[in-house]
Amino acid sequence: MRILVAMSGGVDSSVVAALLVEQGHEVVGATLQLYDHGAAIQKKGACCAGQDIHDARRVAEVLGIPHYVLDRESRFREAVIDDFAASYARGETPIPCVRCNQTVKFQDLVELARDLGCEALATGHYARRVEGPGGAALHRAADPVRDQSYFLFATTREQLDFCRFPLGDMPDKAAVRAVAARLGLAVAAKPDSQDICFVPEGSYDRLVARLRPEAAEPGEIVDGQGRVLGTHQGIGRYTVGQGRGLGLGGGGERLFVAAIDAPRRRIVVGPRAALPQARAVAGEVNWLVAPPTAPLSVQVKLRGREAPREARVAWDAAAGLMHVALAEPNIVAAGQACVVYDGDRVLGGGFLRAPALAQSDIDSHGAAA
Amino acid sequence: MAAPLYLDANATEPLRPEARQAVLQALDLPGNPSSVHGAGRAARRLLERARDQVASRFGTAPADVVFTAGGTEANALAIHALAPGRRILLGATEHPAVLAAAPDATHLPVRPDGTLDPAVLDAALRQGLPALVCLMAANNETGVLHPLEELAAICRRHGAALHVDAVQAAGRVPLDAAALGADTLALSGHKLGGPKGAGALLLRPGLAVAPLIAGGGQERGRRGGTEPLPAIAGLGAAAAAAHPAAAARLAPLRDAIEAFCLAQGALVAGGGAPRLPNTSSLILPGAAAETQVIALDLAGVQVSAGAACSSGKVGASHVLAAMGLQGAIRVSLPWDAPADSAERFTAAWSAMRSRLSRPALAGARLAP
Repeated sequence: MRILVAMSGGVDSSVVAALLVEQGHEVVGATLQLYDHGAAIQKKGACCAGQDIHDARRVAEVLGIPHYVLDRESRFREAVIDDFAASYARGETPIPCVRCNQTVKFQDLVELARDLGCEALATGHYARRVEGPGGAALHRAADPVRDQSYFLFATTREQLDFCRFPLGDMPDKAAVRAVAARLGLAVAAKPDSQDICFVPEGSYDRLVARLRPEAAEPGEIVDGQGRVLGTHQGIGRYTVGQGRGLGLGGGGERLFVAAIDAPRRRIVVGPRAALPQARAVAGEVNWLVAPPTAPLSVQVKLRGREAPREARVAWDAAAGLMHVALAEPNIVAAGQACVVYDGDRVLGGGFLRAPALAQSDIDSHGAAA
Repeated sequence: MAAPLYLDANATEPLRPEARQAVLQALDLPGNPSSVHGAGRAARRLLERARDQVASRFGTAPADVVFTAGGTEANALAIHALAPGRRILLGATEHPAVLAAAPDATHLPVRPDGTLDPAVLDAALRQGLPALVCLMAANNETGVLHPLEELAAICRRHGAALHVDAVQAAGRVPLDAAALGADTLALSGHKLGGPKGAGALLLRPGLAVAPLIAGGGQERGRRGGTEPLPAIAGLGAAAAAAHPAAAARLAPLRDAIEAFCLAQGALVAGGGAPRLPNTSSLILPGAAAETQVIALDLAGVQVSAGAACSSGKVGASHVLAAMGLQGAIRVSLPWDAPADSAERFTAAWSAMRSRLSRPALAGARLAP
């Protein structure tokens, strides 16, 4: 069948294209131009810079498949970069890869694939799509180290039906590189992409400051009782759970960011032990199963790099909110995703809400954190 | 699958057999046209033959033909030569080769059909002289022809210098530099059916131009560097072979394509204006140009969207924007377009259109 492959120029999506060609499919390659790579040209290891487009084109040439570069700069700026900066300005910790998957990748590319008469869209994500009686299900990748199912929770069921993730069963990255080497792909030894693709290394705060100057305005660092301990150079530089960059010095107990009070431009700090919360609330929820009508015992992931942990989840359909009771308190950073698993299967997920909302919600339920 | 149908002549015309022969002949000559000996003279003969061919085809004297590396350089050389001491006025739909060579120029708006209103030029020239006016004879994306004779007369009346970018018009519509009275006129070899790598700037008789590249004083000191003889020989032969009368044979094919697409709800950018016989700028409302170009390519029909940059990505077109439009694909028939071009194009276009018209998605695919 005719399949559109989203080719980033990296080894993963190159191997996907090559495997599908090997299987006899009619493969069409597409690479997204997401931002002016001239600005980030120095950057190594992040996806979609100029070199990556070049690499994708080279791979397509070697495979003998048509390949197209799609200009998605304005779409990416609006859907991902602006949202990234706005999220920091709200005192949250954004997760741009999910936004990108949600819009530029799965929404737009699925649409394009259909327009081009393709029967599927394949990507290099490490996740498994398992056919079931109720349609396609999303599962964790075979390789727990590479698993990217967390970043795919917002894929709709209709999109998931149309998508293919041929790397989901790969035992590890070495196996993927071995396939690339066997197929003679020049990208076999290319370094993995890291960080956030559109941010020059380590300085996302400058981008945020340019787009959202209010996130770069100085403010106070306070403790849980409201005592001023110091000042900061913009809430956009902080993330809940962060211990570095507070500039508090002193010999006392080490302090961490416990909350970000965007309206008052305050960073609230506390000792490490005061950070974990027993409950969380997520909005913008996407269910990949029939939305549950009763509380579920599940596992949840509150950030990309952690194993799923036991929790109970209740779905408030009227409010569109997911209430999470964690078996073990955990740090909750608003803006990150709360992804719900039943074993390997992704049931759904949402974006974590700010602690203030979570707090008032918990109060109304009469439970203390 | 059948051989692809190439309908992107405005990007590059297929090589004409006459040009191919001239290129091969030049490749076999070892000499440098600047050399004193017999091999040099033989090379020089070929160079001057090409110069004569270009001069006689476009109504100028051989001495006033400067060979360049292409249309972009010819445009840049003209602006470099004529700009000092003049304010520059450009049509809003000029080619990037001209826009980039005159970054501080004033852009004159065009009418919705893509043509420049003579009254707009007249008014602009009243606002200050001396001025240099740069206008394309035919637009690369829409094929729209400016009322060039009338515009040239206005320039003459005001004493303004005029540079004409004739890259797309040359060989497709009658073009006579002397009759037009332009100061300079730019040509490109591969748009005439020659090889890539050579262009020419035609000069008003006696106009002296300072070189962009001085080098060893070739081209009478107007363009340094050993002449790329095969490319220039091919340009000369292509110029001699490219007849507007032959290009006119493409108009019925173009008209058949447009009639079919118009009946299916498409629009033609600049459709009401005088145009090149080979070019059609088709808008399918609600469908992104990028998607259409890819879909047609997968169906073996090769067209382009307005402004393809070197990376191959499709950006928004400043030409269409100047006309208040967006999202067009450019169908440009080559000199050797097969007789069934219209049937094959419309079959592929029709299949694409049905797929893009899936319900519930209308409006979601608006071009950026």
